[in-house]
Amino acid sequence: MSVLVFAESWNGSFKKGTYEAITFAHDIAKKLNLSCFAVTIGNINDDINLLSNYGAEKVISVNSDFDICDNKGMSSALAQVAKQQNTSVFIISNSNTGKCIGPRLSIDLDASYISNVVEIPSKSSPITIKKKAFSGKAFEWVQTNSSCCVLGLSPNAYTVTENPKPNCLIETFNFDNESSNVTSVKIEKSSGKISLAEAEVVVSAGRGLKGPENWSMIEDLADLLDAGTACSKPVSDIGWRPHSEHVGQTGKAIAPNLYIAIGISGAIQHLAGVSSSKVMVAINTDPEAPFFKSADYGIVGDAFEVVPRLIEEIKNFKANN
Amino acid sequence: MTMNILVCISNVPDTTSKIEFTSDSTTFNTEGVQFIINPYDEFGLTKAIKLREEHGGTVTVIHLGDISSEPTLRKALAIGADQAIRIDSESKDSFGVAKELAKVISEQDYDLIITGRESIDYNNAAVPGMLAAILDLPFVNACTGFALIGDNANMEREIEGGKEFIEAPLPLIIAGQKGLVEESDLLIPNMRGIMTARTKPLIVVSSCGTADKNKSISFEKPATKQSCKMVEAGKEKELISLLHQEAKVI
Repeated sequence: MSVLVFAESWNGSFKKGTYEAITFAHDIAKKLNLSCFAVTIGNINDDINLLSNYGAEKVISVNSDFDICDNKGMSSALAQVAKQQNTSVFIISNSNTGKCIGPRLSIDLDASYISNVVEIPSKSSPITIKKKAFSGKAFEWVQTNSSCCVLGLSPNAYTVTENPKPNCLIETFNFDNESSNVTSVKIEKSSGKISLAEAEVVVSAGRGLKGPENWSMIEDLADLLDAGTACSKPVSDIGWRPHSEHVGQTGKAIAPNLYIAIGISGAIQHLAGVSSSKVMVAINTDPEAPFFKSADYGIVGDAFEVVPRLIEEIKNFKANN
Repeated sequence: MTMNILVCISNVPDTTSKIEFTSDSTTFNTEGVQFIINPYDEFGLTKAIKLREEHGGTVTVIHLGDISSEPTLRKALAIGADQAIRIDSESKDSFGVAKELAKVISEQDYDLIITGRESIDYNNAAVPGMLAAILDLPFVNACTGFALIGDNANMEREIEGGKEFIEAPLPLIIAGQKGLVEESDLLIPNMRGIMTARTKPLIVVSSCGTADKNKSISFEKPATKQSCKMVEAGKEKELISLLHQEAKVI
């Protein structure tokens, strides 16, 4: 039996979440005493050995390309590989594509599906595992009743570690792709350089910024920190920033190493989406802002004074380090 | 073409709710909690009503739950759905819910099935994809735009690092979020809506008794943060060194 992990790629390169998923799969395989295999789909420009470096003992490469919206096609290919490899645990990362494939796969494999998983199973028989629930306000322990399960790994929840497998085999899997009636017409890359889901640092701002014209300092700060930019719900509702930047209970849930909240009071709905961040900094004029109860570091002050000084200090810091 | 649209509704704790569990941590404590239409489903319901205005047809909402969820269904009717279906069952896991929904859906003729991207309680984002697999329908998740051109749907979907524009024929399943309609498009029931909702059909169907694949064991709240370390405004340099040396995040 095997643990099989879908090594998701984008334009021929593996995603950051893929390395998290492989490390996770490796650790589960070790705990369950199973082999850890990875499966790729389509053309990969990255070195396949990148996968063996994190624990894949074998890589199965599906030689068929799919539009990224063709989740049905991808799931059938993955299900066939899983059956061939006698898979009992299938790992995907909880990307938007993973969220389409995971549930489909679980039906194709007659498996149970648990998403938003944050740790390897605490018990192996039956598998019992910790996942996020209530939009970050709680964790839930879930037990599977099936002999096969599909696990979706929450992004930025599992630390990538190297587990080199020097004798990694690479196999090709021939898949006859049925033509799909769902077509990807066009893909538009977003202007932000770093995708929020994968960002290790996120700089976020709220209504305290007073208007969309004041976002350039947020973008400057984000650039300096190689950070993604985010915003609060009111800001996306008024249209100051795109919806894709809205983080919170009804927007995106994120889990960066560092989250800097500028001019965001910290309503319970906002905190739900960001409280998985490892370190949070709040900058707000109001010393009573609820964010200061959840943040690790805080500055009470006017964003229009604090942020420019912060930018200068980071430039100095970078020059000296 | 006229469209028969089905909107799947989850009944979830209001977004302002503090989440508490029973003393043995096995069950969500619903005491004092107000339940609402799952916010992602509300975007879908509003979109369904707009599509009905444009193209004609019907909007049905469906929900799996016990009788306590009926106020939420009545609200959906007050907002503008034509009829509601409640599958009379205790909450099930995602697989159980998908199986139950699929059975009802397969007996009807819907052109478009809309769900939310995920529910804000268990956040599994599993039911729509499972439904698509069981019913063998195309599935577009994180859907932020939908227009009907002839018999084809033109859709916009959020992906990590961008947007994907998709074309597919009906019937299909979309899992929506903000962007499908704007926050300002959300409809608040008016008095007339609330009155007519009382007479609109709310059909109760019995559960087909699917077995779950997962079992919820217990819950845990995230560790509470230690107190926030305050840095005086003007001493931003100190913050940088704390983030570098103490927190080790830069």
